[in-house]
Amino acid sequence: MSTLTGILGATDAPAGLREDSARPLLPLRLEGAVAQVRGRVLVGPVDLTITRTGVTIVMGPNGSGKTTLLRLMHGLQRLSAGTIRWNVPDDVARERQAYVFQAPIMMRRSVLDNIAYPLILHGVARREARARAADWAERVGLGAALQRGAPVLSGGEKQKLALARALIRRPEILFLDEPCANLDGRAMREIEAILLDARAAGTRIVMATHDMGQARRLASEVVFLYGGKVHESAEAGAFFEAPGTPEAEAFINGEIVE
Amino acid sequence: MDSIFQGLGQAVRLIFTLDPDLYEIIAMSLRVTLSAVAIASLIGLPLGAWLAVNRFRHRRATIAVLNALMGLPPVVVGLFVYLLLSRSGPFGVLGLLFTPTAMIIAQVIIITPLIASIAHQAIRDLWAEYHDLLISMNATRGQRIRSLLWDGRRALLTAMLAGFGRAIGEVGAIMIVGGSIEHSTRVLTTAIALETSKGNLEFALGLGVVLIALAVAVNLLIHTLSGTERAPAW
Repeated sequence: MSTLTGILGATDAPAGLREDSARPLLPLRLEGAVAQVRGRVLVGPVDLTITRTGVTIVMGPNGSGKTTLLRLMHGLQRLSAGTIRWNVPDDVARERQAYVFQAPIMMRRSVLDNIAYPLILHGVARREARARAADWAERVGLGAALQRGAPVLSGGEKQKLALARALIRRPEILFLDEPCANLDGRAMREIEAILLDARAAGTRIVMATHDMGQARRLASEVVFLYGGKVHESAEAGAFFEAPGTPEAEAFINGEIVE
Repeated sequence: MDSIFQGLGQAVRLIFTLDPDLYEIIAMSLRVTLSAVAIASLIGLPLGAWLAVNRFRHRRATIAVLNALMGLPPVVVGLFVYLLLSRSGPFGVLGLLFTPTAMIIAQVIIITPLIASIAHQAIRDLWAEYHDLLISMNATRGQRIRSLLWDGRRALLTAMLAGFGRAIGEVGAIMIVGGSIEHSTRVLTTAIALETSKGNLEFALGLGVVLIALAVAVNLLIHTLSGTERAPAW
């Protein structure tokens, strides 16, 4: 059940809203999308379509615009020119997506209350929200830390909490900005397992990463950014086997690309 | 030096002999101050959070004025409230002058900017931390403010205690609008001023010690009840 009908009750929602809620969120289409701050173009113009299934990995050197592109799609970055169109109205789309930040933002609450927060925000009764949050905490391996303060968790634990909090409302699309940056191999493996579960449950994943190994493990599609523009967008196998641009090839080979 | 020790002795004697006049004054002090803190918090805390979360024209000027109002001279506030509540003033018909209500009104005017300003600074920092998360989760403006107030409650408690500290020690405004009438509007600070003017320095000093002890006790009680120093820092 989608979020809006979940909140309103399937039969209570206005007809237009019911139709919007029933429609799939994707595809997402960016046409000539530009993000500009104080006259400086950070990203764009970008033409890109995010289809309904799979894992899109956004790659590129530092400053290429990976984070800005993700924020642009999620609506955290103001669009300066061009269009970004979801398959549903923007206000409905906003309810059906989630974002995990590179530096996870921990609210000054317990692990349990952090994970329950999005549900409470959307009208779920506190008791039920906490029960579901406890279930999600268990799934991501934080079952023993429910009452611990979120700000004092380790880096890996914070990222797992952020994932549980993002996934608890079963978003149709999840944006992740380098969720495994600065994490060790074990934490990275655990987070990848959570992401694969989410994908299997139907959540579309769009993730920025620097990690070539992780990209190869997870990607079904790669978007390679360079200088704020989409330099290459291809199916993952094709991208890694035969990159279409010298910059992408150099990046894949671990050479320094500036 | 002797006066100081005699004053301390006087304070101990007043407290342990359960002097009814003293306890009446303490009760009035607490009633006026705690009422003022409660009302000022109801206004100041949401106002501080609202200023932290919203962007509007003249926002900086508004915050600058709010910060400047923290230094409002109490006697000027007292005079202003006096003029409003005096028989010829716009609210004279209410007959509030020289009542505890008038004293509460004056104290609310004095401490609301203080509470709002400290709350604004605390919430502004928290908002910078939470901004992207709450926007990403599509929290409404009201939900953002409520979440920030809840998660910033420790800092907001400090704002309230600062308001309490200023109000309990205030004398100028409440002397003007309350009049320090015995068994009616006399509080610790006005009683101290009165006893000093009468030359009864030891008794005034004794009341001063009681006032300081009361302020410390209320702070300790609130810290204890809220678990500020026992619970984890988050």
